[in-house]
Amino acid sequence: MSDAISYQRCAPCGHVWYFVRSFCPKCGAREPVTSRASGAGVVHAVTIVDRAPTPDMKALAPYTLVMVDAEEGFRLMAHGEPGLAIGDRVSGSIVELAGRPIPFFKRARGPSCPSKA
Amino acid sequence: MSWITGVGLLPFGRHEGKNTLDLMSEAAALALDDAGLKRGDIDGVLTGYATTMPHIMLATVFCEHFGLSPAYAHGLQVGGATGFAMAMLAHELVAAGRLKHVLVVAGENRLSAPGGRDKVVETLAQVGHPVHEVPLGPTIPAYYGLVANRYMHEHGVSEADLAELAVLMRANAATHPGAQFREPITVGDVLASKPIARPLKLLDCCATADGAVAFVVSRERTGTAAVRIIGAGQAHTHQHISEAPSLTEFGARLSMDRAIAATGRKLTTTDADYLAIYDSFTITLAILLEELGLARRGEACGLARDGYFSRTGTKPLNTHGGLMSYGHCGVAGALAHLVETQLQMTGRAENRQVADAGLAFLHGDGGVMSSHVSLIMERQG
Repeated sequence: MSDAISYQRCAPCGHVWYFVRSFCPKCGAREPVTSRASGAGVVHAVTIVDRAPTPDMKALAPYTLVMVDAEEGFRLMAHGEPGLAIGDRVSGSIVELAGRPIPFFKRARGPSCPSKA
Repeated sequence: MSWITGVGLLPFGRHEGKNTLDLMSEAAALALDDAGLKRGDIDGVLTGYATTMPHIMLATVFCEHFGLSPAYAHGLQVGGATGFAMAMLAHELVAAGRLKHVLVVAGENRLSAPGGRDKVVETLAQVGHPVHEVPLGPTIPAYYGLVANRYMHEHGVSEADLAELAVLMRANAATHPGAQFREPITVGDVLASKPIARPLKLLDCCATADGAVAFVVSRERTGTAAVRIIGAGQAHTHQHISEAPSLTEFGARLSMDRAIAATGRKLTTTDADYLAIYDSFTITLAILLEELGLARRGEACGLARDGYFSRTGTKPLNTHGGLMSYGHCGVAGALAHLVETQLQMTGRAENRQVADAGLAFLHGDGGVMSSHVSLIMERQG
């Protein structure tokens, strides 16, 4: 089962961000709104990790890490399917990897997407 | 005004059986001798941190061990920028008239400590966000791999281009007896080296080492060495790469502009006779050179290929071999750049001596292009 990626937004100033906080890092307003993201985004950067940092991640290497620009206006680091490249339109959700919930992106499917699949 | 009156640099590599305090003490003794000072002359001590010896009072522990009772001492932490940040603080304290002789010292048995490189990789990955990054299994090379991927995309830089900077650092290291890696390498060797966090490969990365560096920043000269710090500045734009305002525009220029402003003179980085620039990865060095105005965007590697940054070139750079080939032992890593600069400016760099190092620009970064510190050093007369 997968769950949605979430993000935060400041109602007074409109700032949008990803790292969870109890206030807006731009204007300081309290009680930001936490929302579910659509999962749609564009790949901003990619690296393939061959040298993993821990024994549990070594079992998964090589794996693809991506920075994704979500359509809601925040950027996040995530795992991605092999072969992703800058500019690819992707769709992501929270999945379980090595026992941990992590954001994972695949190439987006659908008529509006320049899919290679 | 402040003077760098003495320097001490150990060979980097493997110092089997020595701990952080042993290494720091050896470098400190060299720096005191070089400055012609005794322990009792030192009234200020600055240290960084040591991943192999985490301690909440490293400066005090070092002072006790080495035999110092200063009027002022503490540690300081900004990742890879720590070394230059300590130099900046020592300069500010001395220039303000607060202290006479500040000993800055760093060292670490990062390579030979239990766990070796595996432990280093795992420990350093923790600079990532504990919730939103570290669980994904990134490493420091992975954070920089993301930066490299984007930078190469935007500025048309290839892996073979980046390799030129590794080749240059190795060629420089070949002329320094204290360097960890001295065997010359080619672009082909870099491209064929083991992938770490693609596009970065083993030879794009700095080398984990044991080592230590110390130097003394003084209000007055203590001997013939006549090298002073004339300006220093910092910039901090983010800590985690996920929160960086950009993956291709960082804080280096802002930091250096502040250092230049602090000199009170109309200088530009192109006035430099010598460059000491942080080179944790080939991509780090490429971006910093370009952001500091020493090359146009996307052109630093090409200039390196043409010899522009070589010892006999227009802008000699990291003539000791940098983090990639002299080695990287944490906080002391970048301080090797500072020691080499002082040696060049005092005409003591032996077979590595450049033609005329009257004015030097130094720059370091910590985190993932997160914290920036710039220094400008000038030879008197």
